[in-house]
Amino acid sequence: MADNLYINEDLEALRTEFNRFVVNEIVPQGDNWEEQGHVPREVLQQMGTLGFLGLRHPEKFGGLGLGPLSSAVFAESLGASTYAGFEVTVLVHTDMASPHLIHSGNDDQLERFMGPIVSGDCITAIAVTEPAAGSDVAGIQSTAKKIDGGYVLNGSKTYITNGVHADLLIVAARTDGDNPRGLSMFLVKSDNPGLSVSRALSKHGWRSSDTAELLFSDCFVEDADLLGTPHKGFYEIMKNFQNERLVLSGMAVGASQKALDITYDWTQTRKAFGGVLFDKQVIRQRLAMLQARLDASRQFLYHCGWLMEQGVDATREVSGLKAVSCELVNEVMYDCLQFHGGLGYMQEATIERMARDARILPIGGGATEVMLEEISKRSYR
Amino acid sequence: MKILVCLKQVPHQDARLDIKSDGSWIQEESIKFEINSYDTYALEEALRIKDEKEAEVVVASIGPDRTTQALRTALGMGADRAVHVNDESVEGSDALAIAKILAAIGKEESPDLVFTGLMADDGNFASVGPMVAELLEMPHATAVMSASLEGEKLIAERELEGGALEVVELQLPCLLAVQTGINQVRYASLKGIMAAKKKPLDTRSAADLGVQELVGTGAAKIKVQEIYVPPKTQGAEILEGSTTDVAEGLVAKIKELGLL
Repeated sequence: MADNLYINEDLEALRTEFNRFVVNEIVPQGDNWEEQGHVPREVLQQMGTLGFLGLRHPEKFGGLGLGPLSSAVFAESLGASTYAGFEVTVLVHTDMASPHLIHSGNDDQLERFMGPIVSGDCITAIAVTEPAAGSDVAGIQSTAKKIDGGYVLNGSKTYITNGVHADLLIVAARTDGDNPRGLSMFLVKSDNPGLSVSRALSKHGWRSSDTAELLFSDCFVEDADLLGTPHKGFYEIMKNFQNERLVLSGMAVGASQKALDITYDWTQTRKAFGGVLFDKQVIRQRLAMLQARLDASRQFLYHCGWLMEQGVDATREVSGLKAVSCELVNEVMYDCLQFHGGLGYMQEATIERMARDARILPIGGGATEVMLEEISKRSYR
Repeated sequence: MKILVCLKQVPHQDARLDIKSDGSWIQEESIKFEINSYDTYALEEALRIKDEKEAEVVVASIGPDRTTQALRTALGMGADRAVHVNDESVEGSDALAIAKILAAIGKEESPDLVFTGLMADDGNFASVGPMVAELLEMPHATAVMSASLEGEKLIAERELEGGALEVVELQLPCLLAVQTGINQVRYASLKGIMAAKKKPLDTRSAADLGVQELVGTGAAKIKVQEIYVPPKTQGAEILEGSTTDVAEGLVAKIKELGLL
């Protein structure tokens, strides 16, 4: 029996495969990837072969053509891997970058890129954030100047997940003078001579994910690689916001449950004061309250996935989900690390990595404060 | 060639197992289930034969509605069709009755090869496979580590104590009860899982198979009286002090218990 109303037999069957893959293929290798700072391409290609990278993409490109609920299931399953750097490598590709092609790409672009995207031969990244523009997308300063046959991009991007190893970047740049929303999107291949990785960034967490600072220096992009309508990039970027937030929340939910499970195990075996830690009511109850809040958050995740699947505007709900689940995962990690005692502070402890990894979730993909404004704007008449 | 693979769906290895208040079995209502680990290796072995030569792989399982999930996973991995015995009257069957049901399917299907897992993760009986073989009058091998077809014969390696292997030759049709870890079990591709819905899955009752009198609690020759977790005994005695003190204390203890 599925454990919630929104999950049908198909999604439950997919979840079983995702979970098995995570346990067998990710967990044994994750430490190496943390060390080397990226996920090997072969792993992504293996996921492509199994169909994991095409859940949402049309069947004619080798995908499964499923809806947002499949992304929620996928993100929650990956979220339990305890290697969020790996998780975000995959989810940026499947749910944050490549969907822009589906939303805004023309037939020629879809034909050229979607097959390799689904197979894992072409990994994607989304390059919107700049040193001076994060959640405030309208603050982008990079420019794309129209010339004969294409555009010339100049500027820099930062905190770009998959930025070092991606094959295809979806880049936002200013094309309409001072109009704050006058952005356009471009498909830039990583071998473009005008694009360089100025720095591979070292991060607090997500260490198995490669994150880059990118420099566009007279980077020529053909007309054929303009993605979507010129000057309407701001709105094209926003089309995927809810999906991005849904999967980040899925990661948070998956990680929260895994951290609680690890901590149940630990507190039931760790001896202290003549018993085990779990004998202490204060510990049991702290974990119980977190579990109850997580159960609520998890149902909210699937409810939001379902709302999106109905095609309704779920901005208020998804913003709330992102705020609640990504704050909650940090509370979970704080307490779980605390209950691990000194061990929790050691790098050998899984919970230590999970606590570091969780910290970005209330920041990336729309900071909690921005999410709360989104709710607020939609909460009164 | 036709291959029958018998699968059991068992509680997920990570599931929390609580015993029912009447002690008859575990509480199944809110836990996840999966294919018995031994059976996944059996299925993989069958699918490998199918990869190499023309073969139809039929999977069979006995259990309530949830069992379709296990069968669909098997179909997603590459099995061609499934037989699901979904019948409340089967509940309470002992291993022999389960073997009779599977043998009835075997008689209908007339497979050249039958694969089972060596045992089930939950029941640990390890007897259904050999009993099915006996009922089908087939030779069988247990604890199978490898299987290769050579014409009308099957060469199997069996695991013995101490890491030794025994090579046996079986005449087809035969049954193999497979040990875990003998191969790398494939993943079902997601397309495979979605396509599995379109593959045939026959739901049968004990009566359909003509075994209704032989199964269920009434026919069981082994009845489970109780399942319980043994109470924890008092902890071990910890010897403390220097290495010499500990060693002397240990020797004294062994002598005290008359073990030397």
